[in-house]
Amino acid sequence: MADTYLLSNAGLDALFSAIRADGRRILAPTDPDGRSELNPVGTPAEVAKDYLQTTLSAKAVVFPKVERLLSYTLAPGQVELADAVPAAVPTVVFGIRPCEAGGFQALDAVFNWDTRDRFFNARMAALAVIGVGCTRRDDACFCTAVGGGPGATRGSDLLLTPMAEGYLAEVLTEKGRALQALAPDRFQPAAGVDKAALLVQVPPAFDQPALTARLPALFDSELWADQALRCVGCGACAYVCPTCVCFDIQEEADRQGGQRLRAWDSCGSRQFTLHASGHNPRDTQGQRWRQRIYHKFSIYPERYGMLGCVGCGKCTRACPVDMNLQEHLVEAAQA
Amino acid sequence: MTEPNIYLPHLMRIARITEEAPSVRTFRLEFVDDAAAQSFHFETGQFGLYSAFGEGESTFCIASSPTRRGYIECTFREVGRVTAALADKEVGDIVGFRGPYGNVFPIEDWQGKNLLFIAGGIALPPLRSVIWNCLDLRERFQDITILYGARTVTDLVYKHELKDWTDRPDVNLVCTVDPGGETPDWTGKVGFVPHILEQLAPAPADTIALVCGPPIMIKLTLPVLARLGFTPESIFTTLENRMKCGLGKCGRCNTGSSYVCKDGPVYTLEQLNRLPAEY
Repeated sequence: MADTYLLSNAGLDALFSAIRADGRRILAPTDPDGRSELNPVGTPAEVAKDYLQTTLSAKAVVFPKVERLLSYTLAPGQVELADAVPAAVPTVVFGIRPCEAGGFQALDAVFNWDTRDRFFNARMAALAVIGVGCTRRDDACFCTAVGGGPGATRGSDLLLTPMAEGYLAEVLTEKGRALQALAPDRFQPAAGVDKAALLVQVPPAFDQPALTARLPALFDSELWADQALRCVGCGACAYVCPTCVCFDIQEEADRQGGQRLRAWDSCGSRQFTLHASGHNPRDTQGQRWRQRIYHKFSIYPERYGMLGCVGCGKCTRACPVDMNLQEHLVEAAQA
Repeated sequence: MTEPNIYLPHLMRIARITEEAPSVRTFRLEFVDDAAAQSFHFETGQFGLYSAFGEGESTFCIASSPTRRGYIECTFREVGRVTAALADKEVGDIVGFRGPYGNVFPIEDWQGKNLLFIAGGIALPPLRSVIWNCLDLRERFQDITILYGARTVTDLVYKHELKDWTDRPDVNLVCTVDPGGETPDWTGKVGFVPHILEQLAPAPADTIALVCGPPIMIKLTLPVLARLGFTPESIFTTLENRMKCGLGKCGRCNTGSSYVCKDGPVYTLEQLNRLPAEY
């Protein structure tokens, strides 16, 4: 059971100040040009008002778009390697939704299921998450179909649920207790607060276990090609996704030396699986779309015991050709 | 406190370069660092990522046998940016190597059995590792037969070793080239691998078949093996999907839920039959 408290608006101000005084940066949704993004803030007043979610996910905090894995200098007949150590800035992410907070676990599953990824782990160790529960939703949201909910605690160290004044604060982890300890007198005892009544209702959109059970039999279905007919393979869905972890490794170099970089990639692109021979195991957009669905709803459950989707709906909002993940999943569940 | 960097390659010095066929080379690589050389172990079937610093990494099998200590070898065709940069290297130059990665051919399980190797073109390297591994432990196995085909005589790789295997009384090597690919002094067979296999008609009893080749060769060879009575459990191959990490993270080499870099590259036909054909 989480420890539950009341945190007033003034208390949150004090918590922000204490976090800053502790030498940590705070990243929160701000609202540049009407588009919500995570940016450094100093006070709660700088946080966007009434945002639904950020457009991009918070994954870049622990898994940057591009990062250096190593560098080297070159001389005739010689290579000098230099290891890369990630700059893990002590960070508190404030205000992401419970869906997105859950995404960190899906990233962790891939980065650490076998060998351990130093780059991801260093940033995760330096990160604390203050999630904020949802009092509204839009049509793209489907968290409750994939095991989440507007007040789900997974992935948050501290979860705040907005009240008429201030917040209901759940202290969920060691990192959460460390945050609480920065402003202990601001966390007041709470009793008899009905958390569910403070949150928006999200009825489950489809039966996910049934869908996952159904997918192996649907592998050769025409459904995927049909759904992907309008997909342009731009990769926006993967880039905004809080759980999409697939990456590329590329070189940036000149004659004197260079660096090896890891960059976000997308299974929607043709080059992703293209062989040197020209052969491509996933040659059509339909096959690539199927991979996206199967990776999240079949391969993840089989390999890691969790889903690779948190139902945040960011992909649906970002898609330039209006593909709607929730609708496509509902269609597959009924196919 | 800091965890090791799993993406950091070993530095390897090119000790020998063998021109195998047009645009195909074999590198013999030795560890620059003695400690790395001492602690390095691999088993046959495994692969690695080879760096041309300045251009990037490419995935090739380890084409040498683990019984030959102190070096590894890789054989590659120049087809893209990284392989072109590797092809420009000379003896003494430095390249990178990450590995060994992936699973292995279970040769321990094959004691007392006959081994039938079937390879086409540039796909001999993964089997060459197994062949030398088994030849170096020759007393553990019964008959060893190698059927190797290429488009033309020039395209045959490991020509010196083909001669070694021809000369050895304990190996039955059958080489073939596609019709029109023969030279006037060619003494081997002329014909496609599946047809020659049909003529050879190896007995399936107590025999393990290892098949590596271009997709069309594999596609036409497997039915011949089935007609001869080979079971899916007795047929092994390796898959070579595109990879970036080799560590089961970058997300592209999977066929169904099986990651070629972790669960492969070695599969039996029985295992492949249960996977979708994403290779």
